[in-house]
Amino acid sequence: METLAFILHNLPAIGERTVEHLSIVSVAVGIAIITGVPLGIAITQSQRVADTVLYLGSIVMTIPSIALFGVLIPILSKIGQGIGWLPAVIAAMLYAQLPIIRNTYTAIRNVDPALHSAAVGMGMSALQRLGRVEIPIALPVIIAGIRIAVVINIGVTAIAAYIGAGGLGTFISRGISQSDIRQLITGALALGLLAIAADYSLLSLQKRLTPKGLARQLREADQ
Amino acid sequence: MIRLEALSKVYGTPKGTVKAVDSVSLEVREGETCVLLGPSGCGKTTTLRMINRLVAPTSGKIFLAGRDTDAVDPVELRRGIGYVIQQIGLFPNMTVAENIGVVPRLLGWDSARRRRRAEELLALLALPPGEFADRYPNELSGGQAQRVGVARALAVDPPVLLMDEPFAALDPINREAVQDEFLRMQEKLRKTILFVSHDIDEAVKMADRIAIFHSGRLVQFAAPDELLARPADAFVASFVGRDRTLKRLRLIRVAEVMTNDGAASIDKKAPAVSPDDDLRRVAALFLEHGAAALRCIDGEGRVIGVVTRDAVAARLAIEDSP
Repeated sequence: METLAFILHNLPAIGERTVEHLSIVSVAVGIAIITGVPLGIAITQSQRVADTVLYLGSIVMTIPSIALFGVLIPILSKIGQGIGWLPAVIAAMLYAQLPIIRNTYTAIRNVDPALHSAAVGMGMSALQRLGRVEIPIALPVIIAGIRIAVVINIGVTAIAAYIGAGGLGTFISRGISQSDIRQLITGALALGLLAIAADYSLLSLQKRLTPKGLARQLREADQ
Repeated sequence: MIRLEALSKVYGTPKGTVKAVDSVSLEVREGETCVLLGPSGCGKTTTLRMINRLVAPTSGKIFLAGRDTDAVDPVELRRGIGYVIQQIGLFPNMTVAENIGVVPRLLGWDSARRRRRAEELLALLALPPGEFADRYPNELSGGQAQRVGVARALAVDPPVLLMDEPFAALDPINREAVQDEFLRMQEKLRKTILFVSHDIDEAVKMADRIAIFHSGRLVQFAAPDELLARPADAFVASFVGRDRTLKRLRLIRVAEVMTNDGAASIDKKAPAVSPDDDLRRVAALFLEHGAAALRCIDGEGRVIGVVTRDAVAARLAIEDSP
């Protein structure tokens, strides 16, 4: 009851923290999409480069976020941005790379080679092949990668409260330091709901952007 | 129409160079269907793919309608050549009509014109446009999909079609149907067609002339009847099969061996044949009824001649002797 009262009393603050949280996640994922999707497409041209890039991406994923923030502080301090919004965005962006690059790479690689032959044989240029055939077919899997990136980033950004980036993690960090169970539960609940809501809305986007001719195949594959 | 001059493709492998295609020269006349026939790895597909430059020739020239294709941008070249592959390769994200409209769209046709053309081609290939134009490829059977593949290749009415084992993935019944459909269509369109196949029966059925490949070399280029009657060497003879005489029967029509005498003396129990039947039917009736001759009747049932065993044997013998 106490917690419920706290939540109701602090709704405006929760809203503000949610907006902060989303600003970090959306900027980070936005940059990761702009860089990761073209990179994922580019590395389909060379197995060796692909292996290297995906390996580096995996290494980044193994670094605990709190350690990554620790590394970023001295570096970004040189431009006076050691803590706060910028390191949070950079860290989140790095974590978002691997799922986006890997899904893009896999999806483009898995486009049926016969479609490639047909497209080339009919006189499509490389860009036309990408734009009209390969990307539309790969899109559902690319968006699935973005969904994973968003959910990971909602978690990473929660930790970023410790380096003063704000966001919903603030409730948790304060709840711990002040031994305040109300704040702790509020933060955890809000983060969970945010992750579910983000994942669900991206899922519906994924369904909407799945080419109709593929939708049935995917549904059949699901069953 | 299509002229290949000393066309070669050499691949470098760790074990040395491999001549996939070895100095092939041939000319396909306008409106002719030429089947490139041979076992797998004989260079027939590589030869085909050099024509639309999916494979770059190592040496030699290719002329399309007198024009050296080296001088044409590959992307432009391909848009002017219909291309059908065994796996069909319909784009799953596009409807049937959109698939057919791919090349027209590359050439800048507006959507109404693309739609009209797609419907026209579907009708030509016996797929009712109202039912099929807005379907997606995963809603088609294999035979229907391959017909759409052919329609797509014909979209901008290219004079030349390249077909890489187009019907090989279909089951035998569907294959016959699509082949017949295709022959009827070709009767009307008279395209210049290069058709890769490994199936001698398909080649005999589809081709005006057959080019037989063996280890990258063109070993014989002849009309089906001549190829079956006079294989150039032991390889061709074994490839066309020991039943090559049976295969020839489908190429010869009753009208070619019919004589008009002695119709009255023939056993009436055996069925009559029509001048348009091929000799397979005649041979089957000979065996079935133990007949030595059959009556030949026209559309109204009037007897217009006879086919005798001797006449059939004589016809087969003419081409068989060198």
